[in-house]
Amino acid sequence: MLSASAEIFLVIMICIVLVVDLFVNDKDRKVTFWLSFGTLIATAALVMNNTPEAREFIFDGSYVNDPLAGLLKIASISMVGVGFIYSRHYLIKNNLMKGEFFLLSLFGLLGILIMISANSLLIMYLGLETLSLSLYALVAFDRNSSIAAESAMKYFILGAIASGSLLYGISWIYGMTGSLEFNEIALAIAENPSLNSLPLWFGMAFVVVGIAFKFGAVPFHMWLPDVYQGAKTPVTLFIATAPKLAAFALIYRVLVDGLGGVHDAWQGTILIISLLSLVLGNVVAIAQTNIKRMLGYSAIGHVGFIFAGIFTGTQIGYAAALFYSLTYVIMAAGAFGVLIALSDEGDADQLDDLKGLSQRNPWLAVIMLFVMLGMAGIPPWVGFFAKLDVINAVIDSGFTGFAVLMVLSSVIGAFYYLRVIWYMYFEQAPKSKAIIINKDLGAVISINGILILALGLFPGALMQLCINVIN
Amino acid sequence: MNSSILSLMIWLPIFAGITLLLMGDNDKRPKNTIRYISFGASLATFFLGIWLYLEFDNTTASMQFIEKTVWIESLGIQYYLGVDGISVPLILLTVFITPLIVMSSWDVITLRPAQYFAAFLILEGLMIGVFSALDAILFYVFWEAMLVPMFLIIGIWGGQRRIYATLKFFLYTFLGSVLMLVSFIYLYGQTADFDLQHFMATPLSLFEQQLIFIAFLLAFAVKVPMWPVHTWLPDAHVEAPTGGSVILAAIMLKMGGYGFIRLSMPIAPDASEYFAFMMIVLSLIAVTYIGFVALMQIDMKKLIAYSSIAHMGFVTLGFFIVWSYGETTQGALGVTGAMVQMISHGLISGAMFLCVGVLYDRMHSREILAYGGVANTMPVFAAFMVLFSMANAGLPGTSGFVGEFMVILASFKANFWFAFLAATTLILGAAYTLWMVKRVLYGEVANDNVAKLTDLNSREFYVLSVLAVSVLLVGVWPAPLIDLMTATIDQLMLQISETKIIGIEA
Repeated sequence: MLSASAEIFLVIMICIVLVVDLFVNDKDRKVTFWLSFGTLIATAALVMNNTPEAREFIFDGSYVNDPLAGLLKIASISMVGVGFIYSRHYLIKNNLMKGEFFLLSLFGLLGILIMISANSLLIMYLGLETLSLSLYALVAFDRNSSIAAESAMKYFILGAIASGSLLYGISWIYGMTGSLEFNEIALAIAENPSLNSLPLWFGMAFVVVGIAFKFGAVPFHMWLPDVYQGAKTPVTLFIATAPKLAAFALIYRVLVDGLGGVHDAWQGTILIISLLSLVLGNVVAIAQTNIKRMLGYSAIGHVGFIFAGIFTGTQIGYAAALFYSLTYVIMAAGAFGVLIALSDEGDADQLDDLKGLSQRNPWLAVIMLFVMLGMAGIPPWVGFFAKLDVINAVIDSGFTGFAVLMVLSSVIGAFYYLRVIWYMYFEQAPKSKAIIINKDLGAVISINGILILALGLFPGALMQLCINVIN
Repeated sequence: MNSSILSLMIWLPIFAGITLLLMGDNDKRPKNTIRYISFGASLATFFLGIWLYLEFDNTTASMQFIEKTVWIESLGIQYYLGVDGISVPLILLTVFITPLIVMSSWDVITLRPAQYFAAFLILEGLMIGVFSALDAILFYVFWEAMLVPMFLIIGIWGGQRRIYATLKFFLYTFLGSVLMLVSFIYLYGQTADFDLQHFMATPLSLFEQQLIFIAFLLAFAVKVPMWPVHTWLPDAHVEAPTGGSVILAAIMLKMGGYGFIRLSMPIAPDASEYFAFMMIVLSLIAVTYIGFVALMQIDMKKLIAYSSIAHMGFVTLGFFIVWSYGETTQGALGVTGAMVQMISHGLISGAMFLCVGVLYDRMHSREILAYGGVANTMPVFAAFMVLFSMANAGLPGTSGFVGEFMVILASFKANFWFAFLAATTLILGAAYTLWMVKRVLYGEVANDNVAKLTDLNSREFYVLSVLAVSVLLVGVWPAPLIDLMTATIDQLMLQISETKIIGIEA
């Protein structure tokens, strides 16, 4: 019970926030904000206190708690918290300071926490749906925006198909192995090698489709650019950060904890998805002028790197993929945070909105510079070490040719990241009005930007932590 | 204290640069504060360089001033610095050129000077890092990080087509280097850490060496640059501000040469031998063909850029001529010549770009045809420019002669035709440089703008005199420079003469 105390506490608090929010008028909406923010801090503290040294099963084995879960949960909660701080003034300015934003975010976080700790396919599915339904609603959160409604609709329909596919695959795996729990599935496969055959692979293929969809990996990526573009920037920030960590948990728990025994059967699929994501994400991003959409395609490219760490099937590969996911969400939070800070008059989502940023607010430009160089994988920013870690794992398992493709795709990627720097530094600003940012946002985004550099100068500790939690 | 001198040289300018960035451009502050800080920091680094030189023991080939601490434990990456006779001259060149750049940009740069000087200081620290890193990833980090300040220098303070030029510069060099990273990681798989000296010691099959050599070649050939991957250089040079051109020509190009001698040759000696003929041919094409291209230029900066490519051809020629003898150990002359050529080219091309900068600051044109008869209005400047042009053409008594002569001599011993083609540079170099000098400096005063030119101010005079003295000094008395690297190069010759292929005795 203690292992799930954070989730239980979060559910209770969501109910309280829901009720409190009913009695608060728009003027005092900050009560909801602070209550939600406090909930995040308390939940994080509970996770910290209740993360065991070794793996622990509860609720008859359908729920698991281990250091990996602790790390992913802390990171997810922090990302949601950072997102709240980034979004507050934006929401007030755009007349969107409603309780729903915080409630849906907390519900989404609940789904994320459940996914991270699920040890059974059904619990995993429940967590995933809790997250997804919150996200669909969040995307459509600005009800006056037709683009937002359109992308929410797309997201919902495609997401429902993917969930169906996942559920169908789950039923096959259940049928073949006779269990829903990951450790028992692994045991069943180990005891009965004849299971490693077409019926199991058939089910597995559907599960992989579901996972790839949630990650936004090619060829199941269609929703991602539309949703990134259509959603309000704070919502995009939410989608781009914490759910990626949940997706890592999803792929790790299902494919490694559950189906690790049939690694040979899924390796090829993940490899192809990884390759397609790397190439398509990076190439198509070049053509984008909407920066949110561009970051969407860039996310697809980064997912290619995460999948590359997974397909190696080695401990160092998983650790590298985990390190990549963690550092990627930090960079993504920084990127969307800067965009939110720029959204003084309407959403800043075009490349042109960044023109001459280095004159209008030099510090914000430096942070965006760090984010872009980090994503491009230029040392000494942290993105480089994330890529190095994954490429090392890939070469270690003998795929040197694939590593060459990975680095070439990052050269293609470098172009559009550099283009952002070019707009910020080499172009003249159309308006010379300085951009003033609020203190709380400024403080957090500064930490975010400096973290991207600092983790690059000293990546050792976090890398070691990733290795430790994977083992 | 001796043991941390390299770290000090790397981080002092970088922290000074960060301080400048944090201070920012503030109109209320006295306007020279930024400049004094940058000049002070670069001068302090220069004195550290002198100290390094005085403490350096040139009788041994082993690494000195070693600093070694674990950086990233899980990947076996170390913060590992050390220098030998190959890196010290290049570090000295770096610390010598940077204060001159700061001085030459003193009141020329009016747009965001704090950022400008910060970029150069950070660049200086990173370049010293490249020359002293002995861990492959540390080397790669410095190597790539260097692109960022240069990208910003060209992009912010450059000319008309600066965005095209700077993107081309960045992507070209980035594309070249990523495969080097893959090779490093592959070698890590063979040795279990990123120590460059372990990379040199580990046995490799010929096929592995060939792939590694090609990956390195892409990285270094782009940097040198060798024909046919040189096209970014004229663009970058033309669009960069004067200081950017100087640092690009004087130091960044040398990293390609340094990469060949520090990484390619010792890590893949058998592949180097296998590809030596190809490398010699490419070098000779650079020397002759690019020489002709330089002849046709109408833009002074472009002309000097092409002349840089031709002169760097001597560096690669000197390195790879080694394998044209029966005994590799005889190649020391060519390698020494190539090293001297790198230092000398650093001084001369830097000086040439500064000369063009002096003219550009006054007339805002780089076209040769916009000038004529400058010697009449700027006699002192003309004297300097003629001296540097003579050095560029390889006149005996200047540093340009020493390196080229040694490389031609070494090629002559190997093959008459190599030497013959290489020696055409003496004609071509003289032709394009002196023809430019004739058209720009001599003749009647061409137009009113030239008539209004004023001669060098004292700041420009000091910068150019320091360079002139050093060009002449290396020209008439190169012994201290050569002594610095003899022991290391002899050791290198022994090292590369032994095959690394398993099961085959040398």
